[in-house]
Amino acid sequence: MKLLEYEGKDVFARYGIPMQKRAGIVKIGESLDTLKLDGPGPWVVKAQVLAGGRGKAGGVKLAKTAAEARELTGKMLGMQMITHQTGGKPLTVEEVLVDEACDIAREIYISVVLDRKNSTPMIVASAEGGMSIEELAQTQPEKIIKLPVDVEAGLLDFQARQLAFDLNIPQKNFREFTAFARQLVRVFIDEDASLVEVNPLVITGDARLIALDSKIITDDNALFRHKAQAAKPDHEASEIEKEAKEIGINYIGLDGDIGCMVNGAGLAMATLDTVKMAGGDAANFLDVGGGANVDQITRAFQIILKDAKVKAVLVNIFGGIMKCDNIASGVVEASKKVKINVPLIVRLEGTNVKEGREILARSGIKIEQAGSLWEAAQKAVKAAR
Amino acid sequence: MSILLNNKTKMIVHGFTGAQGSFHAQQCIDYGSNIVGGVTPGKGGTEHLGKPVFNTAREAVKATGANASLIFVPPPFAADSILEAADAGVEVIICITEGIPVMDMVRVKKRLNALKAAGQKVTLVGPNCPGVITPGECKAGIMPGYIHKKGSVGVVSRSGTLTYEAVWQVTSQNLGQSTVVGIGGDPVQGMNFVDALTMFQADKQTEAVIMIGEIGGSAEEDAARYIKKEMTKPVFCFVAGKTAPPGRRMGHAGAIVEGNSGTHASKVEALKKAGATVVDNLSEIGAAVAAKLKAPKKAKAVKK
Repeated sequence: MKLLEYEGKDVFARYGIPMQKRAGIVKIGESLDTLKLDGPGPWVVKAQVLAGGRGKAGGVKLAKTAAEARELTGKMLGMQMITHQTGGKPLTVEEVLVDEACDIAREIYISVVLDRKNSTPMIVASAEGGMSIEELAQTQPEKIIKLPVDVEAGLLDFQARQLAFDLNIPQKNFREFTAFARQLVRVFIDEDASLVEVNPLVITGDARLIALDSKIITDDNALFRHKAQAAKPDHEASEIEKEAKEIGINYIGLDGDIGCMVNGAGLAMATLDTVKMAGGDAANFLDVGGGANVDQITRAFQIILKDAKVKAVLVNIFGGIMKCDNIASGVVEASKKVKINVPLIVRLEGTNVKEGREILARSGIKIEQAGSLWEAAQKAVKAAR
Repeated sequence: MSILLNNKTKMIVHGFTGAQGSFHAQQCIDYGSNIVGGVTPGKGGTEHLGKPVFNTAREAVKATGANASLIFVPPPFAADSILEAADAGVEVIICITEGIPVMDMVRVKKRLNALKAAGQKVTLVGPNCPGVITPGECKAGIMPGYIHKKGSVGVVSRSGTLTYEAVWQVTSQNLGQSTVVGIGGDPVQGMNFVDALTMFQADKQTEAVIMIGEIGGSAEEDAARYIKKEMTKPVFCFVAGKTAPPGRRMGHAGAIVEGNSGTHASKVEALKKAGATVVDNLSEIGAAVAAKLKAPKKAKAVKK
């Protein structure tokens, strides 16, 4: 799950990571009076969306006075934002964070990621923060520091010192930094994160070390031991995606018009690829799972058809654990329950495939059957036109 | 010959008496796998599916001489079961469980690596995988047995149903498989593509290998380096996720394009450069293997 900046900062606060004082968070429809703007200012007003590049898109503004902070917050709420990370689609700003601003003397990049190759957490840092690490990795890879960390011991003292020296941390902030780095690693390990990023970590004009931003992605598989996090809304998932998740269906909405129902994540991905190759575009990724029953298939149909873009539905199921005759009965029963008024293309393979195909053929429901995935994809593309 | 499993494999099932464990253990027994018992803490001394149940893996191994473990334990406890099996001296540990926290697997890998460094022979397959099958000899997993056929094509894959698809195409071409290995779709896993390719390269029965990859990570790029350097047997590849949007996890925890790494294009390019055959259309992988394996034999016949 991806956390918004202020949610990540709430986590940071629990680990004693130094940050600027918060004036408040305002959601759409809430009063701007909840902001605590009693200091001298200035303040920074930040759109809470799950995309980088907010600054360039007008999602980060400096306010010199309390009145200006309220005004900017009001304007930012409900704003449509497109950044280089939103894939051309606008995001609505539903929440705005207002923090006390600080003057920045230096920016540093630091994150903790999973090094998949070596199966270990790893610190990635650069003395030059502010820009995206992807850009830096391409333009100046020599400036990136990588430091593997032991999952049980965390960041060791000598590693923290080494990191501080490598990043040219000033003597005055040295201890502050080593403590910060150790805690950042603790956030990664103890919160079961797959990414913890601070960009930028700043040294202020008055020589304080401050985490100015936060980006945390948590491991969905570990939510069972993070009950508070599990109860929070998933900002990235659409309404349909959330509904699917609740009933154990893995659904991701896409831009095309061919609805897909597949068992298994790999085969579902390959089905999208095959649809594309046949000249069409899938409307969704949908994995019904290994043990889907009539109820599950019915709901999968309902979810696919909620998307008004869908002009044809392609069902591709390789029956292993799920036998094809059971799946076929499920498809027949489900299509009776759910009014499917778009062409339905079904490709079944696997255990009891003969019986399954007969059930579909005898059902009286208009179903186009296909022998291979390629044939099914071509038929679906044709039907959607 | 084959890899990982054969007709001498003696297997225990962890989570034996649970719904998943019971169903699939029975399927494995029906296929002819030699399941010698199971582990369910608290149910030791009882019998299930006609096999003895033990409280601990240690007891099970001591009593049965088991050398393989098949794990169906729920996600919060599965990592511990892997370590228990390793501690009991089991050589091949296959973990089917989907949804184990990544950090748990990081800890498991650390400990398994320490055991290996100390000289213990232990191989983990999975988690979040369909398992391993050596057709006609031993099925250790949730794959439908009947789609397989004994033969000379080794198959290794990150995905379950995608593996069945490839296997079925091979069988439909009247070829068969030496061993089929599902390494799983998680970011931290036991054996990887290179480990499987190394085993297939050394295995006499295997004449060609199908490798099914997907977006995310760099396992395919690593495999490409190995193929270029060491493989003399032909390798056929498909990489799923060409059309997946970046930043979204496509079902498998490991299948996600992050930044510029783990993209479909980089994997396909690396594999092609290494001399592997990469099919764009999944439906053609069986035919591609058949064209290669059937062709030289015909050529030889002509020479005679």
